[in-house]
Amino acid sequence: MTEAILKVRNLTKHFHLDSPIPFKKSDQSVKAVDGVSFDVFQGETLGVVGESGCGKSTMARLVNQLITPTKGTVELNGENLVDMNKERLRVFRKTIQMVFQDPFASLDPRKTVGELIAEPLVIHKIGNKASRRERVKELLEVVGLRGSHSGRYPHEFSGGQRQRINIARALALNPDVIICDEPVSALDVSVQAQVINLLKKLQKDFNLTYIFISHDLNVVRYMCDRIAVMYLGKIVEMGTYKEIYEDSKHPYTRALLSSIPKESPNEVKERIILSGSVPSPINPPSGCHFHERCPFAMEICKIKPPELMDVGNGHQSSCHLLELENNPMKAIPTKKKEELKCH
Amino acid sequence: MSDMLLKVENLEVQFRSGSTLTKAVNGVSFSLNRKENIGIVGESGSGKSVTATSLLRLIPDPPGKITGGKIIFEDKDLLKLSDKAMRKIRGNEISMIFQDPSTSLNPVYTVGNQIVESIETHQHLNRKEAKEKAVHMLELVGIPEARKRFSMYPHEFSGGMRQRVMIAIALACNPKLLIADEPTTALDVTVQAQILNLMKDLQHSIDTSIIMITHDLGVIWESCDKVLVMYAGNVVESGTVQEIHDNPLHPYTWGLLDSQITESVSSEEELSTIPGSPPDLSLDISGCPFAARCPFAEEICLEKTPEMIEAAEGHFTACHFQTKEHRLDRKEAKVDDRSNIKS
Repeated sequence: MTEAILKVRNLTKHFHLDSPIPFKKSDQSVKAVDGVSFDVFQGETLGVVGESGCGKSTMARLVNQLITPTKGTVELNGENLVDMNKERLRVFRKTIQMVFQDPFASLDPRKTVGELIAEPLVIHKIGNKASRRERVKELLEVVGLRGSHSGRYPHEFSGGQRQRINIARALALNPDVIICDEPVSALDVSVQAQVINLLKKLQKDFNLTYIFISHDLNVVRYMCDRIAVMYLGKIVEMGTYKEIYEDSKHPYTRALLSSIPKESPNEVKERIILSGSVPSPINPPSGCHFHERCPFAMEICKIKPPELMDVGNGHQSSCHLLELENNPMKAIPTKKKEELKCH
Repeated sequence: MSDMLLKVENLEVQFRSGSTLTKAVNGVSFSLNRKENIGIVGESGSGKSVTATSLLRLIPDPPGKITGGKIIFEDKDLLKLSDKAMRKIRGNEISMIFQDPSTSLNPVYTVGNQIVESIETHQHLNRKEAKEKAVHMLELVGIPEARKRFSMYPHEFSGGMRQRVMIAIALACNPKLLIADEPTTALDVTVQAQILNLMKDLQHSIDTSIIMITHDLGVIWESCDKVLVMYAGNVVESGTVQEIHDNPLHPYTWGLLDSQITESVSSEEELSTIPGSPPDLSLDISGCPFAARCPFAEEICLEKTPEMIEAAEGHFTACHFQTKEHRLDRKEAKVDDRSNIKS
């Protein structure tokens, strides 16, 4: 197996809440990301899924040090980014870029597209004016826009085109890793398909590694090689997309998958409908964070938080049910590949 | 008594801004029976929301104006009613749920207050009875501890809970028609499944018709009887959900169906897309609005606007080449689409 390009260990971020008493530090904190560990390998796409508020986006920002973690390490090509001095971090940031969700908010409306795409080159002092102009043209063509568009402003482009500009910007410094934070959620289906095709093509052409964050389970299944399912700041299950979609071991993953809308009017879906919503990360439930909504919750789930354990071939899951002899989840059929194909 | 609840004929809505005139809705016709659910699907800017808001005459005037057509609700033409008569219908006989539950509730009033407001406006109940009814509505939409929640503010509710409150307000007066404008787009999949279920249950108990506006075909399969496919202010295809799913006729509908990522799409194959983007509605479009993006377009499509014809029983479409005598082959479209992407 290839070497991991990115190693994340025990990554934690607690945001301290303002105390009602001035000058006194509050002892309450939002545990946005709570001890997350994973590896990302060269050339693969790691998907991160979960409901809003589960810490997906915070995790992305921690990985490229846009916010400083409370605890934990992020190793990129063998060097720890946490505690790195600013100068060196700046050099390392070149290799890890980001594409954000909202193509309307993430481009400065007062800069031309050419200036926007050249900005990372200027910041990192690469090339001169003329060579930058060449590079911008080249990048615009790579993402399927015309080189002559560089003098236009963001408002002259549609949502899909703006997302292409964002991607061009992320590519400007020839990064190894691109973190895509819900890159297609704000787009229409037909445009969404265009952008996804582009991302896939770029990955092949430039040997990119993606961390792909999304709440759309179908998009994640299509894009990703491996998937991490997050719930309340923790990874509850991680495995290849086959393991997750066809043989998931965690009740939360099952419930998420069963809530994907129907694909045809005739399909009869057996739903595990979760009651309530994600609990507050300020005071997460004791034991397993999921026990209040879990249809299989047992006594032990309320007391002891389950560990993430290996269930074979690097497929990890954290659930007390896995320790049981007769796991009630086995009774629920999952979709096997054959069934999916003949659909 | 006829079964027809709503009949829209040739609805036209235009927006004027400076010297540009945007034809947002361009002759939309459909009818809706009692207890029936109709879905309107299309990309952003296709005029689905404008159609729905003009049913309640909520289009801001200026800049918008309903310039033509009829909206027959039961036996009244809503476009001919006085403002006062219209107010009696809004929220009472026809009510609406909006996309974003966090901006459609008033943050400075308690949730209970906002439900009571709707009840007091339309029903002859005193304060106490109205409050009882409001609490009952909250219980009906599945909000636990309804009496306590009654006096809480919208910010104390989660997204899904707020949407439940919106539904409670909308249904408080037992409307005959409920317009739901992307009611689940802002919600997580798990919560979306809850809300769609809730709407289905409530529909059975209150007997309302629903107009469901969405860009997600999954939601349509889940909850509608009939579908209108809209493109650039026109209805391009309409029929029962079953017909549209099994036997879609319009090339745009094909594009829409093909670009959905479903479980049956393998991650090895490229996604099919609709090349280009929707036309600018402030320019005059001669001929078929989809012609510029249609893989089958020929001379006639650019010159003559296709009429809506009944291509199969109860299944209408507006395409020059989809008639009873002549049919296009959908397979060809797929091949064509592919070559478009590569070139």
